[in-house]
Amino acid sequence: MDVSRRQFLSIGSAGVLGGSALGFDLTESVRIKQRLRIEGATLSHSLCPYCAVGCSLIAHTKKAANGKTELLHIEGDPDSPVNEGTLCPKGATSLQLAVSRRRVPHPLYRAPGAAEWKQVSWEFALDRLARNIKASRDATFVAQDADGNVVNRCEGVAFAGGAAFSSEEGYLATKLMRGLGLVHLEQQARV
Amino acid sequence: MVSLAATFGRGAMTNHWRDIRHADLILVNGANPAEAHPVGFRWLMRAKLDRGAKIIHADPRFTRTSAVADTYVRIRTGTDVAYFGGLINYVLTNRLHHDDYVRWATNAGFVVKDGYAFQDGMFNGYDREQGVYNTKLWAYETDDEGHARIDLDHPRSVLNLLRAHYQRYDPDTVARITGIPREQFLQVARQVGEMGRPDKVMTIVYAVGLTHHTTGVQLIRSGAILQLLLGNMGRPGGGMNAERGHANIQGNTDHAISWDILPGYLRIPAPRQKDIKAYLDESASIKQHPRAVNFFGENYRRYLVSLLKAWYGDAATKDNEFAFHYLPKPAANASWISIFDQALRGKMQGIMLSGMTATSIGPDSNQVLQALSNLKWLCVMDPFATTSSEFWQAPGMDPAKIQTEVFMLPATHWIEKDGSFTNSGRWVQWKDQVLPPEGEARHDHWILSELFLRVRDLYEAQGGKFPDPVLKMALPYANPRKPELDEIAQEINGRDLRTGKRLATFVDLNDDGTTSAGDWIYTGHYPEEGNLAKRRDGVQDPARNDPSGMGFYPNWAWSWPANRRVLYNRASADENGRPWDPSRPGIAWENGTWVGDVPDYPPTTGPGPDAPLPFIMTGEGVGRLFSNAVADGPFPEHYEPIESPIANPLHPEVSATPAAFRYDERAGRPNRFGTVADYPYVATSYRLTEHEHYVTQNVEHLVQLQPEAFVEVPAALAREKGIETGDRVRVSSRRGKLEVRAVVTNRLGPLDVDGRTVYQIGIPIHWGFVGINTGQHWLANALTPFVGDASARTPEYKAFLVNIEKI
Repeated sequence: MDVSRRQFLSIGSAGVLGGSALGFDLTESVRIKQRLRIEGATLSHSLCPYCAVGCSLIAHTKKAANGKTELLHIEGDPDSPVNEGTLCPKGATSLQLAVSRRRVPHPLYRAPGAAEWKQVSWEFALDRLARNIKASRDATFVAQDADGNVVNRCEGVAFAGGAAFSSEEGYLATKLMRGLGLVHLEQQARV
Repeated sequence: MVSLAATFGRGAMTNHWRDIRHADLILVNGANPAEAHPVGFRWLMRAKLDRGAKIIHADPRFTRTSAVADTYVRIRTGTDVAYFGGLINYVLTNRLHHDDYVRWATNAGFVVKDGYAFQDGMFNGYDREQGVYNTKLWAYETDDEGHARIDLDHPRSVLNLLRAHYQRYDPDTVARITGIPREQFLQVARQVGEMGRPDKVMTIVYAVGLTHHTTGVQLIRSGAILQLLLGNMGRPGGGMNAERGHANIQGNTDHAISWDILPGYLRIPAPRQKDIKAYLDESASIKQHPRAVNFFGENYRRYLVSLLKAWYGDAATKDNEFAFHYLPKPAANASWISIFDQALRGKMQGIMLSGMTATSIGPDSNQVLQALSNLKWLCVMDPFATTSSEFWQAPGMDPAKIQTEVFMLPATHWIEKDGSFTNSGRWVQWKDQVLPPEGEARHDHWILSELFLRVRDLYEAQGGKFPDPVLKMALPYANPRKPELDEIAQEINGRDLRTGKRLATFVDLNDDGTTSAGDWIYTGHYPEEGNLAKRRDGVQDPARNDPSGMGFYPNWAWSWPANRRVLYNRASADENGRPWDPSRPGIAWENGTWVGDVPDYPPTTGPGPDAPLPFIMTGEGVGRLFSNAVADGPFPEHYEPIESPIANPLHPEVSATPAAFRYDERAGRPNRFGTVADYPYVATSYRLTEHEHYVTQNVEHLVQLQPEAFVEVPAALAREKGIETGDRVRVSSRRGKLEVRAVVTNRLGPLDVDGRTVYQIGIPIHWGFVGINTGQHWLANALTPFVGDASARTPEYKAFLVNIEKI
């Protein structure tokens, strides 16, 4: 089996190659790695999170001994009339977006004027944010404009989001934000 | 997309990715699909390889799309109106338009009201004080029934006005403005001119290289006008194909995360609209031709009332106008730049960002940093730290002076939740939840639900300003704090409230409160038989799954509206229902029924001279060559970018569009625009293959492939400046600077524009002060201007002035 540069990089990052690679039997390691990926994996369907071509992905996962679900591999779905199994460099490395040591592990709070983040609980963050939202809504709410029109809008809070939302999340976001009376509502389409 | 809605009645990619393979000629403008949409690009290549299609790529930079194009046209950024205008003029002058199509399917014969004028760069109806046009003056002459007068030979027929308008765009003028040599332009024009034949079809593919301009709406509309003249709208292999740049921009636009619309492209009400009737009078299109279906206009009320029932449930009753007054009514534009403008004015207290980073996205990042510093609080929901969550410790910021309270909430990735993405081609595709949320991460919609319900609790306990819409919002989910996306998909689809059954088509939506639907254009994606977005009958069995052989694959996922794959497909067949090109049929009338794609037409209505007209979404029943739904002119006109090296050759006194919105000026802040004397070079920004805006700053393999920020400098200019590849350079605009490495290249070259040499500098976006490579703190959008398109207020990211120096 030949090992391409791409596979070589992949092996390196997966840690199979180790620190001193000279003399290592790459062919055998690739064979073992690929066999292990397939064995006993669960197959799910996903979609590429990047551009809007809408390439279908097949994801392979496996339950590890500690009960955690491990994402083993992502590849293009050959059945899709859009991508017919192919992926670009971004789609092909989407596993590295999904599984990353760079994720923010817990809620963080930065007080006014502070120079550092402070780790906080979800309870703290949600409670304080809800109070902020209400206070800002009450402070900037306009029920009637100068012409006497009923306008029921909150002018001082904005929401922007959604480029990688599922549509259903986006719909709920719109509904909830309009429910709060927000007029400043935006997502990636314009920018 | 304002431009397409203004022209055809809906703002979305008209065809779909796989369909591009049916084209004979592909014009790519303001896009680089080979690098920005590499897999979608396969369908352009299939057209080229399978059927000998030609690709013409007009772009400031010779990209990998140019490399496989048959013709590469170097064009000055932001001048596509002149390019398309020249093509329109060529087609009309040489009578190469598709005459039958134009007479039947466009408003060419509609007579424009007396008083319409265009002189020295100005249309009639400009209000100097407000800086806006009164677009209502751009109207048709009407009869007693309100129908437009039709007379193709009238001096004020749309076609005659169009002809007069574009006569000025002769090849020499096009060359003078765009920098495209006259002979090369004519070579393109000859190829385009052939596409007006019924057996030929051309598609236009574009992306943010057209939208991200102060004249973005008009850049796109000029392509749309050309496509109508050539008879290419509605046809397989034709259309206006907008490439969306993020996985689900289309879905989240459809569901209206946007200040100006409600789900399904219903307009947000305006303050003066006291009730639903007043709202409909100004929002719903009016029937302007006896044979217009005016589908959207006729059904607008059903869709609005069904939406209000989905949002307010039992609280939405006939007696209270279905809670219409719960909907907020904005006083003014509230789009992207407006949000930060309000913050700069000290009027914005808090911003919630979910999967969006304000700082990098810009424009004018330094001013955005100031805007964020003015907030009371900022909440960032994202899996990774962003340039917004970290703005208070950005290079050059003093945290001690910033009083903004900042929350960073870890959100889940796309792969940790199910739900659907809608691709550029309007295909609604469902995905599985592949992984459980990582660590403490929560779904954005669970965070938002929890926040909403906590705010509701506070209103219940304490009262406050107009709590009704907060208290009465219908959240009929098994666990309203953690709604399932499947439940929401069902709500979006809609139900008959009398039976509780989900509806199979929006035709069944009512305006009396007996039906609900969160987004009418998605009604039918989740009928009683199940979620059709999960369907997977794909290319494994083409004979069974693609019976028409046209690549529609009707049982692969679901396409809005009504599982239709090509919008306006009634226009793919002639007045009698026969496909213009039988080898590439969209729909055809056979034995009393439409066969092929799902017809964009009343399904049981036959063709013929008395039949309804083909563009069912407009009040006219036809596509609009002339449209009053665009803020800076009923016909696109070339205006210079807000920062330009030259005065407009057509009308130097009105060089830039008078309707662009200059935020700083309006707010009384100092002008932040530069002039050619200080900033002699034109800059344009773009994305590289390995980059998805900013999130890919966190992906190791991609950072390895594009490790460092750089700018591309044309070789001739680099020689003048003594710059070599690898040198560090400073690129500065009136608003900020980058200090990065130079890549000297022939991909960008000098242009001869209006008798002078103009250089364009290329600036990839992506790098910032977060991510794997934290040394790369330069923000490309530090350079871009704080100005919005007249219609859409889209920022100008693609044409602005800079200087460049070797450091």
